[in-house]
Amino acid sequence: MNKTVNQKAWFLILPVLLLVAFSAVIPLMTVVNYSVQDTFGNNQFFWAGLEWFEQMLASERMWDALGRQIAFSAIILAIQIPLGVFIALNMPKKGFWASVCLVLMSLPLLIPWNVVGTIWQIFGRVDIGLLGYTLNAMGVDYNYTQNFYAAWITLIVMDVWHWTSLVALLAYAGLQSIPDAYYQAAKIDQASRWKVFRFIELPKIMGVLMIAILLRFMDSFMIYTEPFVVTGGGPGNSTTFLSIDLVKMALGQFDLGPAAAFSIMYYLVILVVSYVFYTVMTNLDKRDGH
Amino acid sequence: MSDMTHTIPKARSFGLPKVNGSAVVMSLYLLFLLLPIYWLVMMSLKTNSEILNTFTLWPRDLTFDNYLTILTDASWYTGYLNSMTYVVMNMVISLAVALPAAYAFSRYTFLGDKHLFFWLLTNRMAPPAVFALPFFQLYSSVGLFDTHIAVALAHCLFNVPLAVWILEGFMRGVPKEIDETAYIDGYSFPRFFVRIFTPLIASGIGVTAFFLFMFSWVELLLSRTLTSVEAKPIAATMTRTVGASGIDWGVLAAAGVLTILPGALVIYFVRNYIAKGFALGRV
Repeated sequence: MNKTVNQKAWFLILPVLLLVAFSAVIPLMTVVNYSVQDTFGNNQFFWAGLEWFEQMLASERMWDALGRQIAFSAIILAIQIPLGVFIALNMPKKGFWASVCLVLMSLPLLIPWNVVGTIWQIFGRVDIGLLGYTLNAMGVDYNYTQNFYAAWITLIVMDVWHWTSLVALLAYAGLQSIPDAYYQAAKIDQASRWKVFRFIELPKIMGVLMIAILLRFMDSFMIYTEPFVVTGGGPGNSTTFLSIDLVKMALGQFDLGPAAAFSIMYYLVILVVSYVFYTVMTNLDKRDGH
Repeated sequence: MSDMTHTIPKARSFGLPKVNGSAVVMSLYLLFLLLPIYWLVMMSLKTNSEILNTFTLWPRDLTFDNYLTILTDASWYTGYLNSMTYVVMNMVISLAVALPAAYAFSRYTFLGDKHLFFWLLTNRMAPPAVFALPFFQLYSSVGLFDTHIAVALAHCLFNVPLAVWILEGFMRGVPKEIDETAYIDGYSFPRFFVRIFTPLIASGIGVTAFFLFMFSWVELLLSRTLTSVEAKPIAATMTRTVGASGIDWGVLAAAGVLTILPGALVIYFVRNYIAKGFALGRV
């Protein structure tokens, strides 16, 4: 759509700007402030320059957490995106069962995150959980509080349980918007099921899929509550992701300087990756527009 | 497009080559989704001794005591009221500021609009863990700590950008001629916006409200950091079940079930909007 140039539109943006300035810019500046200062208590601060950044960049703890975080996000995306699309392709198109599927699939999305953790804790525990008890009865050595692999698998399955529906719902909405004429043309050409997906459905849902990937990347990269409830970052440090480590550092140990430097680098990583996604997305939008 | 689907009834069958295969896939997936929830509900209906001492697939000794504990104890049920209060506050604030902004983004070009839009989105990407401590200090210093409005404002951090993003998509779908006609007819901007424009994007507002509810209701890190007693959310109250004698699993499960219910109700009411809204708007 052609948009008119109108500088007065700024007045419509103003409320958002003020609100976001209050709830984002002020806190962010506080973080920046802490990241370049040191304190000996009593609210006396002095300039520390980039010392904290150097310290954090040299710290193995942060790199380990970052590595775990990247691994987690990559695994999550690799499972959820294809699975979500697959589920969307299999959902009923309309009628009673479509409603049932929509309602049931939205359910995990609306459960508070710590309750998601609680659910999987109750479900996975060896003594009282259906999953843990059954697996152990079958002779599988499964205990997510002690075993590295069990902890990771539990968290990944939990996240798949929690979020695949979002990908599926978005992809489903994209599929719904494909006109039937496309399918008919494919039928006339005797295209195989795979070709229909590859050349009609996939390009058409690409835009939505990018939103899904962006949302899933951002949220999995910031994940805190669920692993905190289920494993508490353990066993050892094996599931201590960036947010868990950060909260431990900032609110637990009150190491403000390093935590602030950590925060800023953490935020920057998300920003850069998201910017790449966003640029690709808007370019796709433009291409479709022509 | 929706009209076309009615005129060509046969075409649907092509999209679903194997109806049975799809049904199997969906059944398995829904089973996977519901199994943990089933277990939670069962736990909430058992006594603690049954939970800990025996392993049963359904309660042999059905009890509603766990629910009674929650519904009769003020410190439990006020948690629900607190959560509801700040979620609703947040929805109202977010929609109120996001509607005009989304309109501006969807209709006009102005200095720095693209950068502003991305900057707004970056706030959706900000890890709450980064903001927890500064928020705590900010709201303490202005005397808002442990109030509902503090949590509502804090959740605006990620909800306002999301609302602008979704609404902008819906508004782009409304032809610009409608605005122009209304102005020619002598409507002022506020009157046009409330009387004509808002009803046109009602389903978009519904979908946005759904997402606002969802992300504010499920968030714990910020709401827990910003409250202590007066505005404590239910999700934070749940940590109370860890007592001296270990975890009270039954009550914990019952509280979990009760936190699922509001979400389930919201989904039920907006289920038609979701499908329709997804198809019309941004996506």
